[in-house]
Amino acid sequence: MDAMPKWADVVLIPLISLILAAILSALVILAIGESPVEALNLMIEGALGSTYGWGYTLYYATNFIFTGLAVSVAFHARMFNIGGEGQAMLGGLGVALICLYIPWPHWSLALFGAAIAAALFGAAWAAIPAFLQAKRGSHIVITTIMFNFIAAALLNYLLIGALKPTGSMEPATGKFPEATHLPSFQDMFSFGETALFRGAPANVSFFVAIIACFAVWALIWKTKLGYEIRSFGHSETAAKYAGISPTKIIMVSMLISGGLAGMMAINNVQGEAERLVLNAVEGAGFIGIAVALMGRSHPFGVFLAAILFGFLYQGGAELALWTKIPREMIVVIQALVILFTGALDDMVRAPLERMFLAMRRKGDA
Amino acid sequence: MDLLTILQVLDSTMRLAVPLLLACLAGLYSERAGIFDIGLEGKMLAAAFLSAAVAYTSGSAWVGLGAGIVASLALSAVHGLASITFRGNQLISGVAINFLAAGLTVVVAQSWFGQGGRTPQLAGAARFEPITLPFAEAIRDVAFIGPVYYELISGHTALVYIALLFVPLTWWVMYRTRFGLRLRAVGENPAAVDTAGISVVGLRYVAVLICGVLCGIAGAYLATALQASFVKDMSAGRGFIALAALIFAKWRPWYVLYACLLFGFLQAMALRPDVIESVLSFKVNAQLLDVLPYILTVIILAGFVGKAIPPRAGGEPYVKER
Repeated sequence: MDAMPKWADVVLIPLISLILAAILSALVILAIGESPVEALNLMIEGALGSTYGWGYTLYYATNFIFTGLAVSVAFHARMFNIGGEGQAMLGGLGVALICLYIPWPHWSLALFGAAIAAALFGAAWAAIPAFLQAKRGSHIVITTIMFNFIAAALLNYLLIGALKPTGSMEPATGKFPEATHLPSFQDMFSFGETALFRGAPANVSFFVAIIACFAVWALIWKTKLGYEIRSFGHSETAAKYAGISPTKIIMVSMLISGGLAGMMAINNVQGEAERLVLNAVEGAGFIGIAVALMGRSHPFGVFLAAILFGFLYQGGAELALWTKIPREMIVVIQALVILFTGALDDMVRAPLERMFLAMRRKGDA
Repeated sequence: MDLLTILQVLDSTMRLAVPLLLACLAGLYSERAGIFDIGLEGKMLAAAFLSAAVAYTSGSAWVGLGAGIVASLALSAVHGLASITFRGNQLISGVAINFLAAGLTVVVAQSWFGQGGRTPQLAGAARFEPITLPFAEAIRDVAFIGPVYYELISGHTALVYIALLFVPLTWWVMYRTRFGLRLRAVGENPAAVDTAGISVVGLRYVAVLICGVLCGIAGAYLATALQASFVKDMSAGRGFIALAALIFAKWRPWYVLYACLLFGFLQAMALRPDVIESVLSFKVNAQLLDVLPYILTVIILAGFVGKAIPPRAGGEPYVKER
């Protein structure tokens, strides 16, 4: 029998960890001489106070859903994919090539093609670390980090070289053709005179992200492959004994993971920038780790955590605009969330378990 | 290519290898005790920032070094708490520490100095100055030995010599002291150490704290000796390269030195495309040169250089009576 009811494990522990992270973040804000209450007000106003703010929050959330799902799928196979950043960069390259060099008749087809290209490029970038882990036992954490650096250099090389339009000084590709423009929330939800989400980058890929959540849920809990991935994650020896090939599971889970991280590019590259720029990913690959840990590697949890981080990201941008709190504050919050939900889990869990056990004993007596 | 050019390249190899060497030795203590530490990077970064900040305000590089070690130790304590006391996931803890350092250094630097997340330039005693060893000037003109002594061996900062001394010291501690034997044992078979009545938790905390001290020196070296200020993300993946070097060296002190010199050499070559061009007689792409250390790291990890077996209990939290 479990020491705790399920709801405590799924809701209470992440919530307490989040509150601890929030308290420490507030202390940091206090220490640099700003007011945490004012900062929170500013963040809520800036991120949730208008459809414009929501448009940015959901735009960031879309990125984080993809990268969060990516990290989650790998987590289920007990792989730690820190390479989401590089895989998303490569996904951006795939989207750029597809959008620039294929004359798409309609955005929906372009979205379809771009999503496939993004996933393929992202998966390809995850394939080498996955292969080296499966066949040579090289540590996936270090290799994926190295591949982030290599991806950044590769994009740098392409964007100041082959992909830059002649005559341009900026390290970026040319603008994608009009036909690849994805409908933004403003295009979709504005009726007549009232323009909602005006100027915000949230676009139709948000719904692709939601579909991806369902797809990952179905994959992990409703298919044979998902079962194999989970059993491998629980116990490699048991999975081997059951005839599951470790190489296959490591490769497949990492390819899916890389593909999901790469698909983020339909949102930030095709949806928002409509061209490929340097550092298009903006750390979203790393935030995926916090999102996956917070969401307990479950697609619904990832969805909620991604919205939360979307809020933090957009709120953080507002803070940087109006106060002396720099944007990097969000990295601190992200680190604290990873620390409390991921590494210091037992610190929160152990006292809670004791509490629930004590309560049950009292109930029995 | 003349002797002077070679010496210059080797000289910068030395300077660039030192932060890797210190971080790598730091990782050696930690991993030999069974605690994986992905957070070397973050600890170096935190130490780089605090050492530069304190060196700037106090005007003394040595005080800055102390502050850098304190910053690194604080993060080590967090890692120890998470991975030893609360038996959390060591990888996740390390990742969190990296982000914490990357974020906090910029937030605090912006708040203290308001220069966009960097510290002001350090000058004079706030920075570690090169030391000219005895007789370096005198024998400078002696053929071969003179330039080698003057250019390569003499003229480094104190921290370089300290880092080099840590190599034999670590070897001696690991293989010639009781503490070293126990430390290695706790990374291989903690239950045996526990049975012998020695505290596993205590030993692991000591190892993690030694790791903190060494990362602190590495970070301080980056900001107050190699460069003259802290800039955002200045550790640039050195912590991860150090981990790869550690695997390359198979967790042995002297091999750590050689592995780090190799990576230092690659980084030094990346700074001298003119030398590469004259040796290879064709132009090598600058981006390719920059990523060469990272690519080599992947190749080394792929085990094309022999099988590396990590300490057996590495990454596993110790639970009595499992």
